[in-house]
Amino acid sequence: MSKSSSSNREMHWQKTKTLTMLTLIIWYFFSFEIHLWGEALNTAGFPGGYFMAGQGSQVAFALLVFWFARRQDKLDQEYGVAE
Amino acid sequence: MIKLEGGFIQNLGRVYGLYTMGFLGFVILMAILEAVGVSNTIIGWLFVAFTVLIYALIGVLSRTMDSGQYYVAGREVPAVFNGMATAADWMSGASFIAMAGGIYLKGYPYMAFLVGWTGGYVLVASLIAPFLRKFGCYTVPDFIGTRYGGNVARLCAVIILVVASFTYVTAQITGTGIVASRALNIPFEAGVWIGLAGILFCSMLGGMRAVTWTQVAQYIVLIVAYLIPVFWMSNKLGYGLIPHFAQFDAVSRVQELEALHGVKALMPTAEAQAEAGKLAALKVGINDASTTPMAKWKFFTLVLCMMAGTASLPHVLMRYFTTASVKAARQSVGYSLLFICLLYLTAPALATFTKLSLLDPNVATSIIGKSVAEVSNLEWIKQWSSVNFLKIVDGNGDGIVQINEFFMKGDIVVLATPEMAGLPYVISGLVAAGGLAAAMSTADGLLLAIANALSHDLYYKIIDPKADTKTRLIVARALLLVVGAAGALVASLKLTGILGAVAWAFCFANSGLFFPLVLGVWWKRANRAGAVAGMVGGFLAGAIYLYQVQFNGMTPWIGLDGLRFGMIGMPVSLILMIVVSLMTEEPDAETQKMVEEIRVPGGKSVID
Repeated sequence: MSKSSSSNREMHWQKTKTLTMLTLIIWYFFSFEIHLWGEALNTAGFPGGYFMAGQGSQVAFALLVFWFARRQDKLDQEYGVAE
Repeated sequence: MIKLEGGFIQNLGRVYGLYTMGFLGFVILMAILEAVGVSNTIIGWLFVAFTVLIYALIGVLSRTMDSGQYYVAGREVPAVFNGMATAADWMSGASFIAMAGGIYLKGYPYMAFLVGWTGGYVLVASLIAPFLRKFGCYTVPDFIGTRYGGNVARLCAVIILVVASFTYVTAQITGTGIVASRALNIPFEAGVWIGLAGILFCSMLGGMRAVTWTQVAQYIVLIVAYLIPVFWMSNKLGYGLIPHFAQFDAVSRVQELEALHGVKALMPTAEAQAEAGKLAALKVGINDASTTPMAKWKFFTLVLCMMAGTASLPHVLMRYFTTASVKAARQSVGYSLLFICLLYLTAPALATFTKLSLLDPNVATSIIGKSVAEVSNLEWIKQWSSVNFLKIVDGNGDGIVQINEFFMKGDIVVLATPEMAGLPYVISGLVAAGGLAAAMSTADGLLLAIANALSHDLYYKIIDPKADTKTRLIVARALLLVVGAAGALVASLKLTGILGAVAWAFCFANSGLFFPLVLGVWWKRANRAGAVAGMVGGFLAGAIYLYQVQFNGMTPWIGLDGLRFGMIGMPVSLILMIVVSLMTEEPDAETQKMVEEIRVPGGKSVID
């Protein structure tokens, strides 16, 4: 663990905020935006609206959390503030 | 049998691997016993007794007198196992017993719960849990109390935690009562107290450490119990090996059947509904996505309330205090979600296949469209109507069961599915064991969250800061007993259905705690006065609104019913917290330093 200067920490927090924003935008998309179009997704004989509410969003959230955890850890390493 | 010291953490995979094999072996043994003619009652008893004894044994083996072990399991739980424990902690009787039934009866709008109860973990991972892990607290009010300083903030957090968790725990104890009474053929009230005894055995001696290792064991039982019947049904009905993929063809078939049987067209007559009481007939289509703005609004507000509730319910957050590092806490949220999804992705499939079993005239088990006399004679119909879980009311007197004449409680979709689909009784016993595991594991976590907040924050931090470890742990256990007994007492009064109370717990938690937790990390300027105003104002606004809507006959504002009162509490909490914080002095330098410290994973934890 390297010693972190305060400007280094500032940069780390800026990047952390950006990553969190990005994560929340994706979260918003799969929580709300996609379900606005529930009816429209039911096309071509496939119950897409049902799929997104019953399975699609959940899978997206799980992948999103793993992706976020990996990115955040990389950030922590990069700025020398990891454990 | 299990060596808990030293090598235990390193051998977790092997220990739980053996345990899983042992459990599957037990299921096979039960199947053999059934085949040689042992009665259903005995098999039901064996399932419940065997699993509960195992949990109690783990609880006893994990006993501890060390406060770090008691409150946070020694902070050495690996991310994957903490994920399993969180999944069991999280998936309650409502997820296990009521969810598939809700999807069955209420269709698409109900799936807002599925979205909300998973998406909340994104908020947990990105906004709250890793920071609280770095902080190093024992309980959630511990964070509020230290971050904002002062006993008032701590006390507010304790009160909100107790109200939210207590609402939730009565629902779980009710769940154990329902399952135990069904599986053991005993009165509901007796089931409640037996369930409580099992729950206390798991948590009293070893606190968080014992609860962690029993929850992992309970997760394995509940997921096996949930998946096996659905896989079996999917294959039996000929839709394919993996129900999660197979269900989409089934959905199309169900839509054909809805047209055939007149779902949505045939509504129950007023007299029939009066006779059926609280039981419900199928009135909605399987895939009628929300189209009106109001339906969308209701979907989204429910999603939001459940998500924010997830991110502020202390029994979930405190699970992430037990990991070895901040990094592990983040990963552990991902594993939690993965293990939760194993069940949540299956629930819609179960609802769909159950619908097929009942509605499809080509399937032997179907009942809609058959004669009332024939259906009433089916073994499972007799059994479940005797306990008032379903009812057939021949409204038009034609002697045929129509869709609007079959009334049921949603819970039977899970509990009675094995019998409905003609699976052997051993599967019913397995499902009962799974339901019991789900309700018990959540009750364990909730009771511990309440008792820990009372013993650590109220007793140790506020009333007697000089108390030694031994006294504190004795107080913690005494409180566990008292809170558990109070929960069982309320549960035995049967005040509300399982899910009503669960949704309330989420809204109590998000009204009072969501913004004080999030802003405590993300807004340095947030101070004590703001946090107290946010907690008190948000919580009271939500609670008063709930009271008005639920008990005082007020018309809900723009569709915000009792399940969604967080939509009132949360904005009040946010606005008050920001306005009052800005009107009062900013936090001192030490507090600001503390916030900076929790924003990086490295270095020492803030409190030790």
